Amino acid sequence: MNPALPPDPTLRESATFDRATIADIQRAAETGIYDIRGGGAKRRVPHFDDLLFLGASMSRYPLEGYRERCDTDVVLGDRNATYPLHLSTPVTIAGMSFGALSGRAKEALGRGASEVNTSTTTGDGGMTAEERGQSKHLVYQYLPSRYGMNPDDLRQADAIEVVLGQGAKPGGGGMLLGQKITERVAGMRTLPMGVDQRSACRHPDWTGPDDLEIKIRELREITDWEKPIYVKIGASRTYYDVKLAAKAGADVIVLDGMQGGTAATQDVFIEHVGIPTLAALPQAVQALQEEGLHRQVQLVVSGGIRNGADLAKCMALGADAVAIGTAALIALGDNSPSLDAEYRELGSAAGFYDDWQAGRDPAGITTQDDELAQRLDPVLGGRRLANFIRVMTMEAQIIARACGKAHLHHLEPEDLVALTIEAAAMARVPLAGTSWIPGQGL
Amino acid sequence: MAALSTPLETVDEFREVEPAAVDLSVCEVRELNAALHARDVVEKAARWRVSSPDGRHNIAVGLDAGIEVEIDGHVGYYCAGMNKTASVTVHGNAGVGVAENMMSGTVRVRGNASQSAGATAHGGLLVVEGSAAARCGISMKGVDIVVGGDVGHMSAFMGQAGRLVICGDAGDALGDSLYEARIYLRGSVKSLGADCVEKEMRGEHLAELGELLAAAGMDADPAAFRRYGSARTLYNFSVDHASSY
Repeated sequence: MNPALPPDPTLRESATFDRATIADIQRAAETGIYDIRGGGAKRRVPHFDDLLFLGASMSRYPLEGYRERCDTDVVLGDRNATYPLHLSTPVTIAGMSFGALSGRAKEALGRGASEVNTSTTTGDGGMTAEERGQSKHLVYQYLPSRYGMNPDDLRQADAIEVVLGQGAKPGGGGMLLGQKITERVAGMRTLPMGVDQRSACRHPDWTGPDDLEIKIRELREITDWEKPIYVKIGASRTYYDVKLAAKAGADVIVLDGMQGGTAATQDVFIEHVGIPTLAALPQAVQALQEEGLHRQVQLVVSGGIRNGADLAKCMALGADAVAIGTAALIALGDNSPSLDAEYRELGSAAGFYDDWQAGRDPAGITTQDDELAQRLDPVLGGRRLANFIRVMTMEAQIIARACGKAHLHHLEPEDLVALTIEAAAMARVPLAGTSWIPGQGL
Repeated sequence: MAALSTPLETVDEFREVEPAAVDLSVCEVRELNAALHARDVVEKAARWRVSSPDGRHNIAVGLDAGIEVEIDGHVGYYCAGMNKTASVTVHGNAGVGVAENMMSGTVRVRGNASQSAGATAHGGLLVVEGSAAARCGISMKGVDIVVGGDVGHMSAFMGQAGRLVICGDAGDALGDSLYEARIYLRGSVKSLGADCVEKEMRGEHLAELGELLAAAGMDADPAAFRRYGSARTLYNFSVDHASSY
């Protein structure tokens, strides 16, 4: 019997008070505390699945699938930096901290990214030697907490990402619960072991875009204008935020939609704050175009990017690259069916596990427990991640060639239609079979 | 970018007797910082004198050498940011975030400092001879800060490590959400922040405070100070503490 169905067909489940809602109320009443979990928004929101490509036929000329080139390289941060990043694929690895992830997981991300010549990113808590050593292109996050921030690591980074927020929790700070604050994590963050580390939601020494401009110049001065400076924002008032970030001098803007993951955040925050990636991306492109900075300030999009189709759709809507976080962890082995029995012991199941905050991850990824962390082989994990990024890239190439494009960046909104009115309005492409873009007249 | 101004080209001439002189009315902050970042900066000049700062931002940031830099006038944001090893003196007032994220060395402000002085700094000594505005020592991670005058509200907010010495008064919410940083205060405090409490002043505290005051060149009696630190009741979240924030 399908467990999603009630045992008696005469029983009717409320759409408002469905079983998940009832369970939430019961849990809150019992514990007196909100639910904290990892991952991104689980609710259904308009997403890239609601878009389709128009392949070439009579009016467009396709490229030969296994014969003609379709390039995938991207340069990030060439507006001001002496040494911009030259990547072979536009699939990058999003910022995830050592602390949230094990040292071996961070190493695996670096290995996988380097194998396909793309970048990986640090997180709250600083840069580890394993990560730096295994990452050809390492983006160093500059967060409000400044845990582990130091000028030596700043200089040995390949780019600097000033983090204003993330898609799972725009307006929220970081959180790492005490069970993951081991001696090494605590040492890197200058914290007592075992405390619940809640990092600030605002930077301590600047407020607003005018200050950000000065801060960006400080980071350039410290690193002698060698490194690209990224600014990462959680998707909310995206049009204005992107304009302000670009005017403040960002070389690259990282835009993270509400499906983007987190290591530990309140469920109510994840599900109810921020906007979908699909809704944010066209706003960002519009903002850059109006400033005359589209393609000069590169746009990296993250939040629910899962495959080559999502990648191609982001490219078509005007992104320069994407970043993957949750998908990268799954590629490493997160939520593997082989661990189903252990997930069930933790009250979850393979395909559902989201207690990344708890530090008891059977896959050895979101943990600081040495024994669990040993389960992840960073070489094998890196290879799996590299495989996944190669597949994503090839899938996007297949689509791009079908649209007659010799580079992923040649994809354009004109190649897309939407399956739903909502997606058409958000993506600003026509509803399939019509020339109607909601909000733009007929 | 313009070449370095005449004063810098005469560095060798004054090497032993006079500091290298940089006039920011004729050269850019970028040129100054590039010169101070040069691998052979100590050989070129161990002492530098910067004139006409006129509130410019990001002066002498990212230093990583045992040099002395004296700045004659007021500076803007982030002066001596992320300093390592160097000794920087501002003969004037400092803007937002002076010595932010300093790792080591000494930064001295002869006048007043704007908000977020010494923010997130990991080490070294920051001396503000005048007063410091709000958020002095915010998220401090090991730095020692000595303020001759008063500090504004939310000073030492989320201070993790290091010592903040205030010879004058403190504003609202001193030491809010403090971790392990220690605060010494001679004057009055308008209010203490969440989880910040007065603690006993024992012999070891009088001794370390005496050392800090001496290092900062402050003529003050350690016995006149009170000590504040974290009650450590908010280190792990409890629903019963929800109203503490």
